[in-house]
Amino acid sequence: MTQRIKFYQTGTLTVGNRLLDAENRSVQSTIDRSNSLTSGHRACQGCGEALGARYVVDTAMREADKKLVAVNATGCLEVFSTPYPESSWQVAWMHSLFGNAPAVATGVAAALRAKGREDIKVLAQGGDGGTVDIGFGCLSGMFERNDDVLYVCYDNEAYMNTGVQRSGQTPPTARTATTPTSGGSKGNVFGQGKNAPQIAMAHDIPYVATATVADLHDLENKVTKAMGLSGARYIHVSVPCPLGWGSQPCDTVRLARLATETGLFPLFEAEHGAVTNATKIRRKVPIEEYLRPQRRFAHLFKPKPDVEALAAIQAIADRNILKYGLLG
Amino acid sequence: MLRQMEGSHAVAEAIALCRPEVICAYPITPQTHIVERLSELVQEGEIGNCQYINVESEFAALSVAIGASAAGARAYTATSSQGLLFMTEAVYNASGLGLPIVMTIGNRAIGAPINIWNDHSDSMALRDAGWIQLYAETNQDAVDLHIQAFRLAEQLSVPVMVCEDGFILTHAYERVDMPDLNQVQAYLPPFEPVQILDPADPVTIGAMVGPEAFAEVRYLAHHKHLQAVEVIPQLASEFAKIFGRDSGGLIQQYRSEDAETVIVALGSVVGTIRDVVDEMRDDGVSIGAVKVISFRPFPMLALRAALENAKRVIVVEKAFADGLGGIAVNSVRMALRGLTTPIYTIIAGLGGRAITKASLLRAFGEATRDELDDPHFLDLNWTVIDHELARAKEKRRSGPIAENVLRDLGLVGGKPV
Ligand SMILES: Cc1ncc(C[n+]2csc(CCOP(=O)(O)OP(=O)(O)O)c2C)c(N)n1
Ligand code: SF4
Ligand SMILES: [Mg+2]
Repeated sequence: MTQRIKFYQTGTLTVGNRLLDAENRSVQSTIDRSNSLTSGHRACQGCGEALGARYVVDTAMREADKKLVAVNATGCLEVFSTPYPESSWQVAWMHSLFGNAPAVATGVAAALRAKGREDIKVLAQGGDGGTVDIGFGCLSGMFERNDDVLYVCYDNEAYMNTGVQRSGQTPPTARTATTPTSGGSKGNVFGQGKNAPQIAMAHDIPYVATATVADLHDLENKVTKAMGLSGARYIHVSVPCPLGWGSQPCDTVRLARLATETGLFPLFEAEHGAVTNATKIRRKVPIEEYLRPQRRFAHLFKPKPDVEALAAIQAIADRNILKYGLLG
Repeated sequence: MLRQMEGSHAVAEAIALCRPEVICAYPITPQTHIVERLSELVQEGEIGNCQYINVESEFAALSVAIGASAAGARAYTATSSQGLLFMTEAVYNASGLGLPIVMTIGNRAIGAPINIWNDHSDSMALRDAGWIQLYAETNQDAVDLHIQAFRLAEQLSVPVMVCEDGFILTHAYERVDMPDLNQVQAYLPPFEPVQILDPADPVTIGAMVGPEAFAEVRYLAHHKHLQAVEVIPQLASEFAKIFGRDSGGLIQQYRSEDAETVIVALGSVVGTIRDVVDEMRDDGVSIGAVKVISFRPFPMLALRAALENAKRVIVVEKAFADGLGGIAVNSVRMALRGLTTPIYTIIAGLGGRAITKASLLRAFGEATRDELDDPHFLDLNWTVIDHELARAKEKRRSGPIAENVLRDLGLVGGKPV
C-alpha cells in the first residue's frame, strides 16, 4: 500500500507524523524501532545510504518480528558499519564478497527452509555496483529461481567505497573518477547504463519497487509490502551521496526528492512484471534544479550552460514522465 | 554393502548418507554425474529435507554454500577445473570465514587449450586457499574421505576439498563397500556450528579487519591446519573402528619402510605406482611408495619420517609451475629440509595423458640409476615440440600452437602451417 498521504508540513513537503494516526506513523518514529543500524558507524555526514539502510532494515525487522537475517555486499554500507571489532548492526548480519550477496542470501534462505525455520526472513543489500554490475549474475539467478529473498539496492550511482568510479548506474554527464571532465570531456556518456528495476521486472518476480530516502512513508510502505510477500523481491532505493555527488550533507533528502520530482528517478511498484502503481509528481521540477547543487554536474553549468546536454537530460526525465504517467 | 558402481554415484550416495541440508550445483565435466545423482536422491526424498539449488555459476554455487553454512546448515557442492577457478574468490572467503563446507573436486586440467580430462592443475591452483585438501586413490577412498571430510570440517570449522581424479575415478565402475546410514550417523554427529546467523542471538559475520588484527586472524587459520594434522589420523582410526576399514589419515606407505627409492604421489596414479613397485621389487629393486592423502595440511613430520631413510625420492605429479617444475615436490622438499636426499620430479598425466606402467618403469629405472633429468616430463613427444619451436622461430605468425601440434600428430586434417 503506497497511498500518498496528503498532510504535508508547509514548505518541506515532509509528512508530519503527528498529523497521522498511530498505525500510519513511520517505523522510524516509533519508540520500539529496532535501530538495526545503530549510531557510531563511520559513514560520511549526510550519507543517503546510511539513512536508506536504517529505514529499510528497521522496517524489515518490524515486519519480520525481529526474525531477520541480513546479507550485505561489499561497499560503503558494509565498510562503514563493521570496522572490526565494532559493528553497528543490531541484526544477524553477514558480509561475504562484493558480487555474491544474492547467492549468499539464497543459501541462508535454503538453510532456513531445510531447518523448517521459514519464520526467519532474509534480506540482502548492496550498493549499485555490487548489485547491478558485479553481482548481477547472482542477482539474476536469485530472481530467476524466485528464491525467498528481499534484495535492496542502495543506488548512489557510482562505486563510492573505492573513491567514486563509474558504475552501470552512473547517469550521463556525471563526473566520476573514471569519467573525468578533463580535456574537454563531458563526464559519463549518454546511451549507456542499465535500468535495473526494469530488468528485475523482466524476471517476472512477485515484487519490484523503486523508492528514495526523501519519502520515508513510501519507502517503508514498499518494504512492508515486499516483506509480506514471498519469493524474490527487489527494491531499488535512490540514496544521494554527498561525497560522490559533490553535494551538501544537508541536501541529501532534498536531492533525493528532486530526483523524483524531475522525473529522473521515477517511483513505481510492479508485480509479476507489470507496473501496478507509479507515484505522481506533485510539482514538476526542471532538471537544472536537481543537477545544479551537485558538483559532479558542475561542468554542465560552467563556464557556460551546456544547453545540448541539459536538453538531453531533460528529455530523459520527460520520457520517464510519459512512460510511467507521472503527471496529472 | 559391496556394490559395483560408478565412482560419481558412489560419492553421491556417500554424500547423501552424510545428510547435507543444502546442496548447490553447477555442471562441469567430469563432476556432473555426482550432482546429477544427488539431484535424484534429493528428489526421491532420500536426503530428508535437503535443499538442492541449481545455480547460475560456480561462483554462486559456493556462495550459496557459504550462506547456508553460515546459517547453520551442512552444505555441499562439487566442481572441477574452470569451475573451481571461477569460484576462486569464494573459495578463499569460505575458509576465511571458517565455514565447514565440503566440496568434491573432480580433478581436471585447466585451459587454454580447453581440455576436459584429468590432471591436478585445478586443485593445485587453490592448494593454499585455506581449505584442507584430501586426495582419493580409489572410489572406496573417495567414499570414505567424504564421510571423514564432513567430520573434520565441522570439528575444526574449516572447509575441506575431496579431490578425486576426473574420469579415472569419477567415471570408473569399481567395487565399493558402501557404508550404511547407521554407521555414518555413529561417526558423524549433527552439525554444531561455532558461529551462526541467528536472529535470537545476532552476530556480525565477515567484518572488515585492518592491519591491527589481520595477521593474528590469519595465524589462527594456520593454527587450525596444524591442528588438522593431529586430528586427521584420529578421525581415520575412529573411522576404522566403525567401518572396519583403514581409510584416510595423512599418508599411506606401500613397501617403502626399507626402500632405497621412494615414490611420492597423490590420487589414482598411486594404484599404477603400486603395480610398478611390485614389479621392480620382483626384479630386486629396493623401491616403495608413499601416498599423500592430506596435501593440505601437508604432513611434514609423517612424510619426513617415511622418507628420511630413503636414498632418493621421486615425486610423481599431475601439475606443474611453468618455468619451474613440480608443485607438490616443493612441499616434499620442505618436509626433508636439512637432508641431502636427491629428489626427482616426474610430471605426468597432463590433460588426461595415460600414465602407463611401462613409462613409469623406465623413468623410475633411470632415477634409481640417478640418470633422470629433473623435472622429467613423462612421455613427451620431442619431435612435435622441436617442430613447433622451429616453426615459431621461423615465422612470427606461425599459427595457433595447439592446432599445429594436433596437425603434426596427424590428429586433425591438413598439413602443418
Ligand atoms: C571482486 C571485487 N572487485 C572489486 C572490489 C573493490 N570494491 C569494493 S567496494 C567497491 C565499490 C562499491 O560500490 P557500490 O556497490 O556501488 O557500493 P557503494 O560503496 O557505492 O555504496 C569496489 C569496487 C572488491 N571488493 N571485490
Ligand atoms: S562515500 Fe557516499 S555512500 Fe559512502 S559513506 Fe560517504 S556519503 Fe555514504
Ligand atoms: Mg554505489
